[in-house]
Amino acid sequence: MLDWLVAHVVPIVFYTAAVLVVAGAIGVIWFRNPIHAALSLLATFLAVAGLFVLQHAEFIAAVQIVVYAGGVMVLFLFVMMLVNVRTLPREYQYVRSLLPAAVVTGGFLAAVVAAGLFARSYLAAADPAALTAVEGQTMGNTEAVGWVLYRDFLLPFEVVSLVLLVAMLGAIVMGRKDRREEDAGEEAR
Amino acid sequence: MITITHYLVLSLVLFTLGVVGMVIRRNFITLLMCVELIINAATINFIAFSRQAGDVTGQVFAVFLITIAAAEAAIGLGIIVALVRLKQTVQLDQANVMRG
Repeated sequence: MLDWLVAHVVPIVFYTAAVLVVAGAIGVIWFRNPIHAALSLLATFLAVAGLFVLQHAEFIAAVQIVVYAGGVMVLFLFVMMLVNVRTLPREYQYVRSLLPAAVVTGGFLAAVVAAGLFARSYLAAADPAALTAVEGQTMGNTEAVGWVLYRDFLLPFEVVSLVLLVAMLGAIVMGRKDRREEDAGEEAR
Repeated sequence: MITITHYLVLSLVLFTLGVVGMVIRRNFITLLMCVELIINAATINFIAFSRQAGDVTGQVFAVFLITIAAAEAAIGLGIIVALVRLKQTVQLDQANVMRG
Protein backbone atom coordinates (compact mmCIF):
# COMPACT_ATOMS: atom_id res chain seq x y z
CA MET A 1 0.00 0.00 0.00
CA LEU A 2 2.69 2.46 1.06
CA ASP A 3 4.89 1.46 -1.87
CA TRP A 4 1.99 2.01 -4.24
CA LEU A 5 1.35 5.44 -2.73
CA VAL A 6 5.00 6.45 -3.06
CA ALA A 7 5.17 5.20 -6.62
CA HIS A 8 2.04 7.09 -7.65
CA VAL A 9 2.38 10.26 -5.59
CA VAL A 10 2.48 12.58 -8.62
CA PRO A 11 -0.76 11.36 -10.27
CA ILE A 12 -2.53 11.22 -6.90
CA VAL A 13 -1.58 14.80 -6.01
CA PHE A 14 -2.33 16.02 -9.54
CA TYR A 15 -5.81 14.50 -9.75
CA THR A 16 -6.71 15.55 -6.21
CA ALA A 17 -5.64 19.12 -6.93
CA ALA A 18 -7.34 19.08 -10.34
CA VAL A 19 -10.65 17.95 -8.85
CA LEU A 20 -10.35 20.67 -6.18
CA VAL A 21 -9.55 23.31 -8.82
CA VAL A 22 -12.53 22.41 -10.98
CA ALA A 23 -14.91 21.97 -8.04
CA GLY A 24 -13.85 25.34 -6.63
CA ALA A 25 -14.33 27.01 -10.00
CA ILE A 26 -17.79 25.48 -10.40
CA GLY A 27 -18.60 26.69 -6.89
CA VAL A 28 -17.58 30.25 -7.84
CA ILE A 29 -20.16 30.39 -10.62
CA TRP A 30 -22.74 28.28 -8.75
CA PHE A 31 -23.16 29.92 -5.34
CA ARG A 32 -25.46 32.92 -5.27
CA ASN A 33 -24.05 34.15 -1.98
CA PRO A 34 -20.80 35.96 -2.94
CA ILE A 35 -19.15 34.98 0.35
CA HIS A 36 -19.65 31.29 -0.42
CA ALA A 37 -18.29 31.93 -3.92
CA ALA A 38 -15.23 33.66 -2.43
CA LEU A 39 -14.49 30.73 -0.12
CA SER A 40 -14.89 28.37 -3.07
CA LEU A 41 -12.41 30.52 -5.00
CA LEU A 42 -10.01 30.16 -2.06
CA ALA A 43 -10.07 26.35 -2.53
CA THR A 44 -9.19 26.83 -6.19
CA PHE A 45 -6.27 29.14 -5.34
CA LEU A 46 -4.82 26.68 -2.81
CA ALA A 47 -5.18 23.72 -5.17
CA VAL A 48 -3.46 25.68 -7.96
CA ALA A 49 -0.61 26.37 -5.52
CA GLY A 50 -0.36 22.61 -5.02
CA LEU A 51 -0.08 22.13 -8.78
CA PHE A 52 2.80 24.65 -8.84
CA VAL A 53 4.68 22.67 -6.19
CA LEU A 54 4.17 19.57 -8.31
CA GLN A 55 5.92 21.33 -11.20
CA HIS A 56 8.98 22.44 -9.27
CA ALA A 57 7.80 26.06 -8.98
CA GLU A 58 7.96 26.32 -5.20
CA PHE A 59 8.48 30.09 -5.12
CA ILE A 60 5.45 30.75 -7.32
CA ALA A 61 3.39 28.42 -5.10
CA ALA A 62 4.34 30.50 -2.06
CA VAL A 63 3.58 33.74 -3.92
CA GLN A 64 0.24 32.30 -5.03
CA ILE A 65 -0.75 31.57 -1.43
CA VAL A 66 0.53 34.87 -0.02
CA VAL A 67 -0.87 37.15 -2.73
CA TYR A 68 -4.10 35.36 -3.67
CA ALA A 69 -5.17 33.61 -0.48
CA GLY A 70 -3.69 36.30 1.75
CA GLY A 71 -4.19 39.50 -0.24
CA VAL A 72 -6.78 39.27 -2.98
CA MET A 73 -9.15 37.05 -0.98
CA VAL A 74 -9.03 39.35 2.05
CA LEU A 75 -9.69 42.29 -0.29
CA PHE A 76 -12.74 40.52 -1.74
CA LEU A 77 -14.17 39.64 1.67
CA PHE A 78 -13.37 43.12 2.97
CA VAL A 79 -15.25 44.80 0.14
CA MET A 80 -18.20 42.42 0.56
CA MET A 81 -18.44 43.41 4.20
CA LEU A 82 -17.93 47.09 3.34
CA VAL A 83 -20.80 47.16 0.83
CA ASN A 84 -22.82 44.82 3.10
CA VAL A 85 -23.90 42.23 0.55
CA ARG A 86 -26.92 41.13 2.60
CA THR A 87 -28.77 44.42 2.33
CA LEU A 88 -28.35 44.53 -1.44
CA PRO A 89 -31.12 43.11 -3.63
CA ARG A 90 -30.62 39.43 -4.41
CA GLU A 91 -29.40 38.42 -7.82
CA TYR A 92 -32.75 37.78 -9.45
CA GLN A 93 -31.88 35.47 -12.31
CA TYR A 94 -29.24 33.97 -14.46
CA VAL A 95 -29.27 34.74 -18.16
CA ARG A 96 -32.66 33.56 -19.45
CA SER A 97 -31.35 30.91 -21.80
CA LEU A 98 -28.06 29.24 -21.08
CA LEU A 99 -28.06 27.62 -24.50
CA PRO A 100 -26.05 30.29 -26.42
CA ALA A 101 -23.43 30.47 -23.68
CA ALA A 102 -23.23 26.67 -23.45
CA VAL A 103 -22.87 26.28 -27.22
CA VAL A 104 -20.20 28.95 -27.56
CA THR A 105 -18.03 27.86 -24.65
CA GLY A 106 -18.58 24.14 -25.25
CA GLY A 107 -17.66 24.49 -28.91
CA PHE A 108 -14.56 26.45 -27.96
CA LEU A 109 -13.53 23.82 -25.43
CA ALA A 110 -14.10 20.96 -27.87
CA ALA A 111 -12.17 22.75 -30.63
CA VAL A 112 -9.11 23.35 -28.47
CA VAL A 113 -9.13 19.84 -26.99
CA ALA A 114 -9.43 18.36 -30.49
CA ALA A 115 -6.56 20.53 -31.72
CA GLY A 116 -4.46 19.41 -28.77
CA LEU A 117 -5.24 15.72 -29.35
CA PHE A 118 -4.49 15.87 -33.06
CA ALA A 119 -1.29 17.84 -32.67
CA ARG A 120 0.46 15.40 -30.33
CA SER A 121 3.94 16.66 -31.09
CA TYR A 122 5.04 17.85 -27.68
CA LEU A 123 8.59 17.17 -26.56
CA ALA A 124 9.50 15.15 -23.53
CA ALA A 125 9.61 17.26 -20.37
CA ALA A 126 12.98 18.75 -19.54
CA ASP A 127 15.03 17.65 -16.57
CA PRO A 128 13.60 19.45 -13.50
CA ALA A 129 17.18 20.21 -12.43
CA ALA A 130 17.22 22.79 -15.24
CA LEU A 131 14.75 24.86 -13.21
CA THR A 132 17.27 25.37 -10.43
CA ALA A 133 20.29 26.15 -12.59
CA VAL A 134 21.33 29.53 -13.95
CA GLU A 135 24.43 29.70 -16.11
CA GLY A 136 25.58 26.30 -14.95
CA GLN A 137 25.30 27.11 -11.25
CA THR A 138 22.92 25.05 -9.18
CA MET A 139 20.77 26.97 -6.70
CA GLY A 140 17.31 26.94 -5.15
CA ASN A 141 14.20 27.67 -7.15
CA THR A 142 13.66 31.04 -5.45
CA GLU A 143 17.24 32.07 -6.13
CA ALA A 144 16.95 31.03 -9.78
CA VAL A 145 13.74 33.03 -10.21
CA GLY A 146 15.42 36.00 -8.54
CA TRP A 147 18.43 35.80 -10.82
CA VAL A 148 16.36 35.74 -13.99
CA LEU A 149 13.93 38.36 -12.69
CA TYR A 150 16.55 40.95 -11.73
CA ARG A 151 19.08 40.21 -14.44
CA ASP A 152 16.98 39.66 -17.59
CA PHE A 153 13.69 41.33 -16.65
CA LEU A 154 14.70 44.37 -14.64
CA LEU A 155 12.83 46.88 -16.84
CA PRO A 156 9.57 44.86 -16.91
CA PHE A 157 9.89 44.52 -13.15
CA GLU A 158 10.08 48.31 -12.73
CA VAL A 159 7.16 48.81 -15.13
CA VAL A 160 5.05 46.34 -13.15
CA SER A 161 5.82 48.25 -9.97
CA LEU A 162 4.54 51.39 -11.74
CA VAL A 163 1.38 49.50 -12.71
CA LEU A 164 0.85 48.61 -9.06
CA LEU A 165 1.36 52.23 -8.02
CA VAL A 166 -1.17 53.46 -10.60
CA ALA A 167 -3.65 50.75 -9.55
CA MET A 168 -3.31 51.81 -5.93
CA LEU A 169 -3.87 55.47 -6.81
CA GLY A 170 -6.85 54.52 -8.98
CA ALA A 171 -8.42 52.50 -6.20
CA ILE A 172 -7.96 55.39 -3.76
CA VAL A 173 -9.46 57.92 -6.19
CA MET A 174 -12.46 55.69 -6.95
CA GLY A 175 -12.98 54.76 -3.34
CA ARG A 176 -13.22 58.32 -2.00
CA LYS A 177 -16.46 60.22 -1.84
CA ASP A 178 -17.48 62.64 -4.55
CA ARG A 179 -15.80 66.03 -4.02
CA ARG A 180 -19.07 67.92 -4.54
CA GLU A 181 -20.85 65.76 -1.97
CA GLU A 182 -18.12 66.52 0.53
CA ASP A 183 -18.29 70.28 -0.08
CA ALA A 184 -22.07 70.27 0.14
CA GLY A 185 -21.87 68.39 3.40
CA GLU A 186 -19.43 70.90 4.84
CA GLU A 187 -21.53 73.89 3.76
CA ALA A 188 -24.61 72.35 5.32
CA ARG A 189 -22.74 72.05 8.58
CA MET B 1 2.43 9.71 -16.09
CA ILE B 2 1.31 13.33 -15.89
CA THR B 3 2.35 15.18 -19.02
CA ILE B 4 2.02 18.81 -20.00
CA THR B 5 -1.21 17.90 -21.81
CA HIS B 6 -2.89 17.16 -18.49
CA TYR B 7 -2.00 20.63 -17.22
CA LEU B 8 -3.11 22.30 -20.45
CA VAL B 9 -6.48 20.53 -20.40
CA LEU B 10 -6.98 21.44 -16.73
CA SER B 11 -6.07 25.05 -17.52
CA LEU B 12 -8.51 25.02 -20.43
CA VAL B 13 -11.33 23.72 -18.23
CA LEU B 14 -10.56 26.40 -15.64
CA PHE B 15 -10.53 29.10 -18.34
CA THR B 16 -13.81 27.88 -19.80
CA LEU B 17 -15.45 27.86 -16.38
CA GLY B 18 -14.29 31.44 -15.92
CA VAL B 19 -15.77 32.48 -19.26
CA VAL B 20 -19.04 30.66 -18.52
CA GLY B 21 -19.23 32.44 -15.19
CA MET B 22 -18.67 35.81 -16.85
CA VAL B 23 -21.44 35.08 -19.36
CA ILE B 24 -24.14 33.71 -17.05
CA ARG B 25 -23.67 35.78 -13.90
CA ARG B 26 -24.79 39.34 -13.35
CA ASN B 27 -23.12 39.97 -10.01
CA PHE B 28 -20.09 42.28 -10.36
CA ILE B 29 -18.24 40.62 -7.47
CA THR B 30 -18.69 37.16 -8.98
CA LEU B 31 -17.54 38.51 -12.33
CA LEU B 32 -14.28 39.70 -10.78
CA MET B 33 -13.79 36.24 -9.27
CA CYS B 34 -14.26 34.73 -12.72
CA VAL B 35 -11.51 37.02 -14.04
CA GLU B 36 -9.28 35.64 -11.28
CA LEU B 37 -10.11 32.11 -12.46
CA ILE B 38 -9.10 33.02 -16.01
CA ILE B 39 -5.81 34.56 -14.85
CA ASN B 40 -5.11 31.46 -12.77
CA ALA B 41 -5.62 29.31 -15.86
CA ALA B 42 -3.03 31.43 -17.67
CA THR B 43 -0.61 31.06 -14.75
CA ILE B 44 -0.99 27.26 -14.84
CA ASN B 45 -0.03 27.39 -18.52
CA PHE B 46 3.06 29.51 -17.82
CA ILE B 47 4.24 27.14 -15.11
CA ALA B 48 3.51 24.03 -17.21
CA PHE B 49 5.52 25.36 -20.15
CA SER B 50 8.31 26.51 -17.83
CA ARG B 51 8.54 22.95 -16.50
CA GLN B 52 8.37 21.55 -20.01
CA ALA B 53 11.13 23.73 -21.39
CA GLY B 54 13.29 23.66 -18.27
CA ASP B 55 13.45 27.46 -18.27
CA VAL B 56 12.75 29.66 -15.23
CA THR B 57 11.51 32.53 -17.42
CA GLY B 58 7.97 31.13 -17.35
CA GLN B 59 7.97 31.37 -13.57
CA VAL B 60 9.17 34.98 -13.75
CA PHE B 61 6.23 35.76 -16.02
CA ALA B 62 3.93 34.02 -13.54
CA VAL B 63 5.14 36.56 -10.96
CA PHE B 64 4.20 39.41 -13.32
CA LEU B 65 0.83 37.78 -13.97
CA ILE B 66 0.04 37.51 -10.26
CA THR B 67 1.00 41.18 -9.83
CA ILE B 68 -1.34 42.22 -12.64
CA ALA B 69 -4.12 40.10 -11.12
CA ALA B 70 -3.67 41.85 -7.78
CA ALA B 71 -3.79 45.28 -9.44
CA GLU B 72 -6.91 44.23 -11.35
CA ALA B 73 -8.61 43.07 -8.14
CA ALA B 74 -7.81 46.37 -6.41
CA ILE B 75 -9.20 48.44 -9.29
CA GLY B 76 -12.26 46.22 -9.74
CA LEU B 77 -13.16 46.32 -6.07
CA GLY B 78 -12.69 50.11 -6.10
CA ILE B 79 -15.20 50.23 -8.96
CA ILE B 80 -17.59 48.05 -6.92
CA VAL B 81 -17.41 50.44 -3.97
CA ALA B 82 -18.08 53.40 -6.27
CA LEU B 83 -20.95 51.54 -7.99
CA VAL B 84 -22.61 50.64 -4.70
CA ARG B 85 -22.30 54.25 -3.55
CA LEU B 86 -23.90 55.45 -6.80
CA LYS B 87 -26.61 52.83 -7.45
CA GLN B 88 -26.88 50.74 -4.24
CA THR B 89 -26.43 47.57 -6.31
CA VAL B 90 -23.79 45.18 -7.59
CA GLN B 91 -25.99 43.84 -10.39
CA LEU B 92 -24.36 44.79 -13.67
CA ASP B 93 -27.58 45.29 -15.63
CA GLN B 94 -28.60 47.96 -13.12
CA ALA B 95 -25.50 49.96 -14.10
CA ASN B 96 -26.94 51.20 -17.39
CA VAL B 97 -26.27 54.94 -17.13
CA MET B 98 -24.26 54.91 -20.36
CA ARG B 99 -26.76 52.83 -22.36
CA GLY B 100 -27.60 54.75 -25.53
